[in-house]
This record gives sequence, C-alpha cells and structure tokens, in this order.
Amino acid sequence: MAVNAQPIIRLTNVCKSYGDHQILKNINLELEAGKFYTLLGPSGCGKTTILRTIAGFTDATSGQVEFDGQVINTLPANQRQLNTVFQDYALFPHLTVAENVAFGLKLQKVAKTEINQRVQEALALVQLADFGDREISEISGGQQQRVAIARALVMRPKVLLLDEPLSALDAKLRKDMQYELRDLQQRLGITFLFVTHDQEEALAMSDEIFVMNSGEILQGGTPVDIYDEPINHFVANFIGESNIIPGQMKQDYEVEFVGKRFECADAGMRPNEDVEVVLRPEDLDIVAADQGKLVVTVDSQLFRGNYFEIVAFDADQNEWLVHSTNPADEGTPIGLTFDPQDIHVMRLHESEAAFDARLEQYEDD
Amino acid sequence: MQQKQRLTRSTAYFIPYTLWIVLFVIAPVLLLIYQSFFNIDGQFTFANYQTYFASSTYLMMTVNSVWYAFLITLATLLISYPTAYLLNETKHPQLWLLLIIMPTWINLLLKAYAFIGIFSQAGIANQFLSFIGIGPKQLLFTNFSFIFVAAYIQIPFMVLPIYNSISELKPSYVNASRDLGATNWQTFSRVIFPLTLPGVKAGIQAVFIPSLSLFMLTRLIGGNKVITLGTAIEEHFLTTMNWGMGSTIGVVLIIAMVIIMWLTSGRQPRKGLTK
Repeated sequence: MAVNAQPIIRLTNVCKSYGDHQILKNINLELEAGKFYTLLGPSGCGKTTILRTIAGFTDATSGQVEFDGQVINTLPANQRQLNTVFQDYALFPHLTVAENVAFGLKLQKVAKTEINQRVQEALALVQLADFGDREISEISGGQQQRVAIARALVMRPKVLLLDEPLSALDAKLRKDMQYELRDLQQRLGITFLFVTHDQEEALAMSDEIFVMNSGEILQGGTPVDIYDEPINHFVANFIGESNIIPGQMKQDYEVEFVGKRFECADAGMRPNEDVEVVLRPEDLDIVAADQGKLVVTVDSQLFRGNYFEIVAFDADQNEWLVHSTNPADEGTPIGLTFDPQDIHVMRLHESEAAFDARLEQYEDD
Repeated sequence: MQQKQRLTRSTAYFIPYTLWIVLFVIAPVLLLIYQSFFNIDGQFTFANYQTYFASSTYLMMTVNSVWYAFLITLATLLISYPTAYLLNETKHPQLWLLLIIMPTWINLLLKAYAFIGIFSQAGIANQFLSFIGIGPKQLLFTNFSFIFVAAYIQIPFMVLPIYNSISELKPSYVNASRDLGATNWQTFSRVIFPLTLPGVKAGIQAVFIPSLSLFMLTRLIGGNKVITLGTAIEEHFLTTMNWGMGSTIGVVLIIAMVIIMWLTSGRQPRKGLTK
C-alpha cells in the first residue's frame, strides 16, 4: 500500500438525527482515491443520508466530514469537488441533452469551444455522441441515466456519488449498466461511491462494500470477504442466500449443530459459546442419506434454470436451502455433505473491530 | 351498434356545455360584432371603427388600458411569485393557500367600498401616516391606490397557478443544480424560474386580460382619473346610449385579448416540464 494513501473521503463519528429519530449512528468511513465503493442496505438504513451528507445536501448533526484532507462540514454543496448522479436523474427538462451536460461548465465560465469539446467527450463516453440536440423527454430511461452520468463526469469530479441510479431500469439494461459503470470507473480512475439495496449489484461492481442497517455500518470489506465471512445474522441473510443454524462452539475449530460435532475453520470463541453457523446453499452437496454428514427430508423444490432450489428440514426442524444441479424427490430423506471451510461460525454480538482482529489472529493457522 | 350507442351517449354529455357556450359566449360575441357596424341611428356603417382608430382619445384610452393592465400585472407578479415560493416552503401550504383564496369569496364591489374606507382622509391608512408623521395624504382617487387595489384583488389568481408549478418541481432539480456548482441565485434563474414559467404565463393571462377591462375600480378607487376602455364601454352603453361605439370598443378589446392569449401560450414550453 502506498505511503501517502490519504483517504479522499473520511467520515469520523458522523451522526444525523431528526428530532428523536436517529438516522445515522456514529458512522466512520474511509474511502481511498480511485476505488469503487458501495453502500449497501435495505431502504431506510441511512445509506442515502450518508451520500447526501457527503454531497452537502444535508448537514451532519455531529461528527466530521473530510474531503481530500479538508474538513468540509460547512462547505456549501456548490463548492464541493464532487458530483452526484441522482436516483431520478434530475435532468433539467427545459434544456437539451447537450445543454444539461454543459450546465455546470457554463456556470464555471469555461470558454465556449472548450465547453463544446468537453460535452462531446462526455457524451461519447456514455455512448450518446449523436444525442446532444435531443430533448430530455425524447430519450429513453436508460439514455437519461447516461446523460445524468455524463453531466456529472464532465465536471471532472474527484468523487462521483451515485444514488441508486440503476433502480429505475429494467433487468437487462441494469446488467449492461453495471458492466459499463464498472468499466467507466476503472478507465477514469475516479472514486465512485454507489448506493444500492441490491446485493447482487453491490457484489458485481464494488472494490469494497459497506453493509448498513438501521443507521449503522455493520461490516466493510471486499465482496468476497463479506460473502464468505459475514459478521452477523443480518449480513449473512442480506448478502446472498444462507442457511443460518444455531450452534455451540465446542473448542477452536470444532462446532456443534443439529446434535453433531463438525470440524470447521473458525476459532477464538469461548468454549461452549452459543453461536450461529452459516452454510451457503451452493456449498451443500447432496449424497445418499446414509453417506451424509446431515440427513434432511426434502420438502419442496423449484427449478431455477441453472439449478434446482431445494427446501428441506432436518430432525430439529431447521430449514435447509440447497442449490443442486440434480432434482431430488419430495418427501424423501437425503444426505448433505460440506467441507470444513464451508462452515462459517458467527458470534452473536461481535463488533466489527473484534471480528476483524479475531479473523486476523486465526487466519494464518 | 353498441359503439354507436356509446358515441351518441358521450355526445349527449356535451349538450349542456355546448348550449351554454353558444347562448352565453358565441351568440353575445356575434351580437357585439354585428352591433359594432351600426351607428347611433341604427344605420349600417364602418364609422365606429374609423372613429376609434382616427381618434386620439380612443387610442390614448387603449394605451392607458394596456399600460395600467401591465402595471397591475407586474405588481401582482412581483408580489405573487415570492409568495408562492414561500408558500411551498411552509409546513401547511394548503392552509395558507386557503387564506389567500378566501378574499375572492367576497364580492368585488364590497372590497372596493372597504378600500374607500381604508384610503379615505380619516381612514386607517391615513391614521397610520399621521402617526408616523407624514400624513394625512390624498390616497383615494390616485393612480397608486387604483393599482394597489387592483393588484390586491388579482393576487389570488396569480398565486394559484404559480404555486402549482412550483410545488410540482422535483426537489432533486435544485440539488442537481447546486451539485453542479450553481449558487442560490443561479439555481433560481436557470432552473427554478424557467421551469415555473408555465405557471407564470397562466397567471399573467388570468390577471392581464381582466385588468384590461376594469371599470368599477377606475371609478370607485381611481376616481375616474384613469379612463380605460372598460370605463368607455360602460359610458357608451349606459350614459350616451351609443351601443354601436361601445360594441366596437368591445370588439377591439376581444381582439387584444386573443393576441395576449396567443402571445403567452403560443410558444409552449417543452414537453414534460414537471413531474
């Protein structure tokens, strides 16, 4: 890591409340320049409020917002060197596509020839080079989305904030835009802070994800880290699909659930501590009932195209979700096997710092 | 068969409205035009129009009417736009809107008489002027009081359409403008005002056109010092009994109104201005 890795954006103990209602509870966040970050969480979790605080549309009740080493708490939005792509795009309907993109440059009194050139470049960047003269009402939702991105990027911001910009697009267009946004970010090297409630979107695009719930950041990390090592029930449930089973940690690398002891890759808990065990549906393999580490009875199944989604119950009536390439017979018992490293054990109330420290300590074993 | 029936039924719904329009709008306008081609002795003539366009009195009156209507509209707009803007920021805009609309429930004549009281020598306005040591002054029967009262009466009709267009503005437009570096004033002049222009135009139509033909206020508040076309029409119909000339002025006013309508709505703003 570079020595001068000063974060481009740093939030320190940021709180926001309306009356008694706390929207943000002590948010600490550091964004390195040139990366793609995502704030992920259900609606109402405060992710958009963080974005608005950074953009300057709303003030933090307490705490510090830094941009490139400068505290910007009181800096008005129009003086911040970052731009926003709004959820509803907020394109000005009385201006053409090109006039929308030129809006910010005109305010900066940039020379006309340069404005034209930069607007053309920005429109070409989002593949709308020939759309400059169109009215906003004449172009499709996907094209409006691109204009909104061009309008922000033409300002050459150091950070681009994107507030659920893909939520209004249909599934196909959404996928295309995910690739395009990721590609744009890597080509331009601008820091992107992307807000979404769609975990697939977050996993596909981000360098780093912050998972949020009810005004708190629960866990930050790379998509792989968060998927493989969720910190708690909420994160495990929110990111991907999970089987979350109550269990007990017998000793380091040994956990008990559904009345059986299993070897696992986790350690650092107290002996006999109550824990939750996460097993991803795709990590479970179906075998004959007498060969399984666990025996479950198939309840129902759905064909999902590239796999069968099987719902089964064990002797303790825990529900098990299994993704399998082969169908199973409803009402019949099947065996499930998994590898020790597929088991992820979560302590019930662990802070992110303690979680990270524990992982650090036992990872190298 | 069924479709035809439905068609006749939906046509039937238009009958009351069509009747109303024919009897009370189209017929009177045609009568007015017809009447304007007859002189006081009932003979067909173009003389009324000749008189109108040759006489400096009538042309002055036209200029006067347009000028005062313009001043009234301007005063109304200058008061109404900020009012509508603030209204949108309040917590209970509907309540405040109701309070602004309420005076329109009171008869125009009653309001005019109320202002005679307020502006008279011993009225509350002069009491206040005396209190701060610059009065009493002649307030009633001045151009100022005429414009003041006319603007007071017209304000609700200007506030309403402007408020509607402001309240339909998406808040994200303002944020987007600030995000792109605009100051508050730039946001207003480049985003908010252009996007609320349809409301402003509707307000101008609602105020300017009636202001062209005010006659009661010119007499009661303006003391007939300001003679507008409205006053002239009233004089011709009620005092000199020259219905032909009165109708001619009426026709000219109607033409003027059509021109204003065309000017303010002809160049329609782009589609999809609001939500």
